[in-house]
Amino acid sequence: MATTVDPKPSEAPGLRKCAATGFLVDERGRQLALANAVAGVVLLALGGAMAVVIALQRQGLPVSDDWWYRLLASHGATMLLFWLLLFEVAALYWGSTMLLNTRMRVPRLAWGVFGAMLLGVALAQWAMLTGRATVMFTAYPPLEAHSLYYLGVLLFAGGALVAIGIFFANLVGAKRDGSYVGSLPLVVYGFMAAAVIGVYSLVTGAVAYGLLFAQSVGLLDSVDPATYRLFFWGIGHGAQQVNLAAMVAVWYALIAFTLGGRPVNEGLSRFAFLLYIAFIHLGAVHHLLVDPGLGTSHRIMNTSYLLYLAVLASLIHAFSIPAAIEVAQRERNRSRGLFGWLLRAPWREPGFSSLVLSLVWFGFIAGVTGVLMGTMQLNMLIHNTLFVVGHFHATVVSGTTLAFMGISYYLLPLLAGRRLVGATMARWQPYVFAGGVALLTLAMLLAGRLGVPRRVADLSYENAPVAVDMFATGQTPTVMVLVSVGALFAVIGGIMFVWVMVATLLKGERTDRPDTALLHAFGAQERERGASEEGGAAMLTGHDNGLSARWERFEAPGTYLIVLVFLAWFVAMYLLAHFNLAQTWPVG
Amino acid sequence: MTDTQEHDPAPRSTLLPPPKRWWGGIGPDERRWLSIAFVWCLILFSGMYIWMGIGDQQTPIESYRIDRDTFQAEAEEFMAAYAVGEEDGIPVVAPPPGEDVYLQASQFQFRPILELQRGHTYRLLVSSTDVQHGLSLQPVNLNFQVLPGYLYVIRLTPDELGEFSLVCNEYCGLGHHVMTGKIAVVD
Ligand code: HEM
Ligand SMILES: [Cu+2]
Ligand SMILES: [Cu+2]
Repeated sequence: MATTVDPKPSEAPGLRKCAATGFLVDERGRQLALANAVAGVVLLALGGAMAVVIALQRQGLPVSDDWWYRLLASHGATMLLFWLLLFEVAALYWGSTMLLNTRMRVPRLAWGVFGAMLLGVALAQWAMLTGRATVMFTAYPPLEAHSLYYLGVLLFAGGALVAIGIFFANLVGAKRDGSYVGSLPLVVYGFMAAAVIGVYSLVTGAVAYGLLFAQSVGLLDSVDPATYRLFFWGIGHGAQQVNLAAMVAVWYALIAFTLGGRPVNEGLSRFAFLLYIAFIHLGAVHHLLVDPGLGTSHRIMNTSYLLYLAVLASLIHAFSIPAAIEVAQRERNRSRGLFGWLLRAPWREPGFSSLVLSLVWFGFIAGVTGVLMGTMQLNMLIHNTLFVVGHFHATVVSGTTLAFMGISYYLLPLLAGRRLVGATMARWQPYVFAGGVALLTLAMLLAGRLGVPRRVADLSYENAPVAVDMFATGQTPTVMVLVSVGALFAVIGGIMFVWVMVATLLKGERTDRPDTALLHAFGAQERERGASEEGGAAMLTGHDNGLSARWERFEAPGTYLIVLVFLAWFVAMYLLAHFNLAQTWPVG
Repeated sequence: MTDTQEHDPAPRSTLLPPPKRWWGGIGPDERRWLSIAFVWCLILFSGMYIWMGIGDQQTPIESYRIDRDTFQAEAEEFMAAYAVGEEDGIPVVAPPPGEDVYLQASQFQFRPILELQRGHTYRLLVSSTDVQHGLSLQPVNLNFQVLPGYLYVIRLTPDELGEFSLVCNEYCGLGHHVMTGKIAVVD
């Protein structure tokens, strides 16, 4: 019944049908998505190499202080800006062409954008690695960097902004051509949320870096540090919400890829994306909670995303994603009792394991620590300590990066038209990477609670005028060893990923059906299977599913219990944090 | 899309357009979770106001614009007035309780070293004379951002005896890892 994906040929000039998925593919869109994704992965590898050095320097790897700071600056920018945004541009192109059976609009402009972004990367890297821009990606004035550093970042961000414009052009074009009917697929809808958030993030970022650039070429005398911080965190925080929305969209895609599942209530998931768009930018103020210059209500209203409505959105996804897994399993009769669906899940499938590992660590660690840090008074306890770094490695590394790695195992073969090389390596990779990052982030969070400051090259404070020996003694050195061990495992996991990608790209057998037997995703399998026993609409009830009557009427009883456990953990951490707050000196 | 799509619930995927009506009813478990989650959000929100009522640790909000030179001059005056000694070239200052206390951050030190009395509340006037810094009081675990051009007033009540470290936790240049200071709390 390949009816859903077959627009009339006249409406689809230059498109060919993908043998694996049945989707119509535009060659130019395919190449653009591939190029952006590959460039992203190359930068991920570079940033990973720097990560080993900055992490192992603490265990005696000889690196000068100057170089440590340069590598830290470059690691931050390479990972947070370059890797993630390039991969997101790839995802936007993929989602807005292939998933909609439509052609790529303005491909030449898109190539120009790609070139501009790479030029921006090159300029910024040159400035950072030659010591001309050791200001960290935050670039807080009055610290100054070479004007080409600012220009490089501006080129990159400007390019990303145009790429988002092209994404919207594709959406509008697809709608007008009628290449899809009705609403956007959920995954593309999620990408659209990311794109909308991307627009206002990148615009505020351009203002912030634009001010610094203007100053660096003599157009402005000075940039007010507080004003800059307000604008900077428009992107500094906003970009993380792009990562969040894109990651959630990828989670939904991975459910489709690995299980053929979909949310029990798609409307709710879409509503949650709308909440992100409407409220999430307010949270930017949580970076300014211990800054001079802001009033109490301003802090509370903004840091709480206006009554935590963006957190509510995440709590919706926190239910609907595991529920989609559970329901898909139950429909296929792969479940007994409350948690049988977990036991019989495809744990050997890298897309599934990365989805679950990413979801769990993002929820239990990243999300909870994020809300705690964003609580006005609690922020004093951890601002600028390694706790913050632990939090955001849980978000962007074990969350976003792991999810992006997971989807790459399906996207790269499809985009490159090659069979995946190193399936065994791919099977283990998410576990090694997630395990390493789990240790890395937990150790960083602990170190932060011990007071370890971030961005500090030498914790012995040997050369400081006033001696500080608290980080060279006690528990801190042990915790820092754990940071390094976690870093090593994470980097090994990273190398495994890059190895599979490179091998597939260069050595993978060429095929137009890189089918890894997981293409529930596109409805292709179900369409072929038709009314077979599994593909049918076997609903929860009516099976002997080993559930007592008490749970029978629930859509996803196992998930319901899991989210309650999650909430209990959240509440416990919230209380613990306030207990810690009450222990410190009275302040106000 | 033809009508097969609408009648057949199975081949729905997050990668395909949803059927026409994708706003179905919400199951009892999801509905319950939604309410619980919303209540938790409201608690998180009111939590900050409640802590303002019951907690002793509040986010400082008093702040002023100040010219860097003015701040430096006032800080020097303060240090001269209450200096009781010197350590490694940094003045040690013991201000009387109740007096405004200046704490100056600059590349790469906190000046002066302070000697405070336990149990008294001090108004710390903090600013930077050059770039941004991070004021981190350890192991007390209190952290604040220090901006040039802004005076941040932090009311602090030391309630433990001993020597406490100040470290800078905002990157402020290549000497960031040597930027320290000290607060001693005496009876
Ligand atoms: C391969 C695993 C990784 C390891 C072992 C690692 C390790 C580290 C370490 C040790 C720091 C320095 C913390 C400090 O002392 O201030 C750091 C900073 C940072 N990392 Fe990573 N990282 C990894 C991957 C990533 C990824 C994938 C991203 C983003 C997607 C990322 C983003 C950042 C950022 C933004 C900073 C802060 C830089 C700054 O302070 O300006 N890291 N990382
Ligand atoms: Cu400093
Ligand atoms: Cu510093």
